Amino acid sequence: MQYLPNILFAIALIAGISFFAINIRKLFRNINLGKDVDRTDNKSQRWKNMIKIALGQSKMVRRPFSGFLHVIVYVGFIIINIEVLEIIIDGLFGTHRIFQGFLGDAFYGFLIGTFEILAALVFVAVILFWTRRNIANIKRFLSREMKGWPKTDGNLILYFEMVLMTLFLVMNATDVPFQQAGIGNPISQFIAPLFDSFSAESLHLIERTAWWIHILGILVFLNYLYYSKHLHILLAFPNTFYANLKPKGQFNNLEAVTNEVKLMMDPDADPYATPEPGTEEVVPEKFGASEVTDLNWVQLLNAYTCTECGRCTSACPANLTGKKLSPRKIMMDTRDRLEEVGRNIDENNGTFKDDGKQLLNDYIKPEELWACTSCNACVEECPVNIDPLSIIMDMRRYLVMEESAAPQELNMMMTNIENNGAPWQYNQQDRLNWAKEE
Amino acid sequence: MTVPTMAEMMAQGKQPEVLFWVGAAGSYDDRAKKISRAFVKILHAAKVDFAVLGTEESSTGDAAKRAGNEFLFQMQAMMNIELLNGYEVKKIVTCDPHSFNTLKNEYPELGGKYEVYHHTQFIQNLISEGRLNIDENTLQGKRVTFHDPCYLGRANEVYESPRDLIRRLGVNLTEMKRNKRTALCCGAGGAQMFKDAEAGDKEVNVLRTEDALETKPEIIATGCPYCNTMMTDGIKFKEKEAEVAVKDIAELIAEANNL
Repeated sequence: MQYLPNILFAIALIAGISFFAINIRKLFRNINLGKDVDRTDNKSQRWKNMIKIALGQSKMVRRPFSGFLHVIVYVGFIIINIEVLEIIIDGLFGTHRIFQGFLGDAFYGFLIGTFEILAALVFVAVILFWTRRNIANIKRFLSREMKGWPKTDGNLILYFEMVLMTLFLVMNATDVPFQQAGIGNPISQFIAPLFDSFSAESLHLIERTAWWIHILGILVFLNYLYYSKHLHILLAFPNTFYANLKPKGQFNNLEAVTNEVKLMMDPDADPYATPEPGTEEVVPEKFGASEVTDLNWVQLLNAYTCTECGRCTSACPANLTGKKLSPRKIMMDTRDRLEEVGRNIDENNGTFKDDGKQLLNDYIKPEELWACTSCNACVEECPVNIDPLSIIMDMRRYLVMEESAAPQELNMMMTNIENNGAPWQYNQQDRLNWAKEE
Repeated sequence: MTVPTMAEMMAQGKQPEVLFWVGAAGSYDDRAKKISRAFVKILHAAKVDFAVLGTEESSTGDAAKRAGNEFLFQMQAMMNIELLNGYEVKKIVTCDPHSFNTLKNEYPELGGKYEVYHHTQFIQNLISEGRLNIDENTLQGKRVTFHDPCYLGRANEVYESPRDLIRRLGVNLTEMKRNKRTALCCGAGGAQMFKDAEAGDKEVNVLRTEDALETKPEIIATGCPYCNTMMTDGIKFKEKEAEVAVKDIAELIAEANNL
């Protein structure tokens, strides 16, 4: 029986990690529903971007206050997790504070002391985050798309962090030998007096309970990620690595279109020629995107990475002037639909069964897409290099090239370009008149 | 005003130093035509050997591409590329950041590889080569704010060339609260120029004009014919035409140098 806690711990650990792994496989599967796009070029620049933007948080701190708070939580999160390693070893082998013997009192004290200070700072930062989300009336947290689950999700994450930090400090405060040693308890020494009236047995019970809930809480939180916007803590890294490196103004040229245009303009092309053997059956490629599976895998990775901070939306000229377009909503819709498609595949033994829905219209409305000025403010703002504009453009392409559903004025503009090489109805022969005027 | 065309040049067996890509706005829009003429005056003053395509020039396809019509864009692109390559064009300058972006970034993959400059970059080079000086007395002390065109700024990260030229005018350059990387769009990009805005509570150009007016400018400088239209309309909407002028940097330089 003496090994019961170790066994229970091992079971919890394996269950927690396996369940997470199963979901991560689903996540990979869903991302791979996207079209292929080559992002293997320029590896050194990609590593640099990942180190600077994801690891170094360089775009976060462009907004100094929220950026600073985020850095605290981020650094705290990473460093405090060293402690989780000790907890796992202790849990599996029934040891207690195994690193203390290893590292020596002084260094161990320094480490745990640092964790405690960080835990306290994270706690304060998280309280401020909660205040910003719920009390401070910050516009980007009050947008239409932030009602309901997205708001709850944001708050749940903050509650999780508050509870985990509290448990970590309580666990240290009620560890009598640890407090007596007086090393590494810069914060918990002030919490310890709260438990002065407790007997040694109850203190031990509280310490064990806090220890168990803390580690179980971490495993639950790990599994919560998949269902939450909080996946960014993992996906920010691949997302910044695979992000577009070309100038932001450069939109991709559709290759399928290039082939057709070349054929159209080739004077030697024979429109009645018999297709080469084997090509007759090829379904012509769909132009643009009306569904998540028409997007490329980087765009889908973007959708899973988005943590709904709304910096994009707060910089979007269309959104700032009251239009329906919100780049954040574009990303949230893409993820929601992708998850729906993923569930559909799971429920139908690995194949997608038409559910009569698609990303366009059922999630994203043409009115949102047509409000975009393609100014790249959203792309520039995103702290993890998400590109909502590329999704907007792909969906416009579908509307125009597959459905001929552009606003009437744009159809006129395009007709003019076709007929006289300018967006307005002027004669091409008058194109140099400006030089003769004045 | 002498504006030689590539066809004329070719007939004389000459190859100009640079092609001036005028763009649809610069060719047809009454306000933007003034920018084209101001820039030509600068080219003449710096003795730049240039030519235009004239009646052979056609839309780059930028607006079609941003509207989602990739077919039309690529047809325009291929026609233009055939023409440009036929004339063996190596270097292009344009006053339109949209043409600049499309020619520079989107044409190469389709076979059109050129050295492309925005006119502010080109003028900057003329100055550093000693071919042009800007008179810093004419506009001395004027309060100027600069509106970053999205397709010059964020799209291609050209923030300094226009500012460098403005400073050389001897004016007092005051930045808007949203500038450079965080500059707000004028509302014309992404083919919005050619359609009414979706329902909202404000026009984008009015919001941007308010940003500019906060700096109490005498002149709002731009580097894009479409931004120019939007800001000019914004100033009219705010009934500030008497106090605030919207000018392209090329026009300011032509004015400063009395061209």
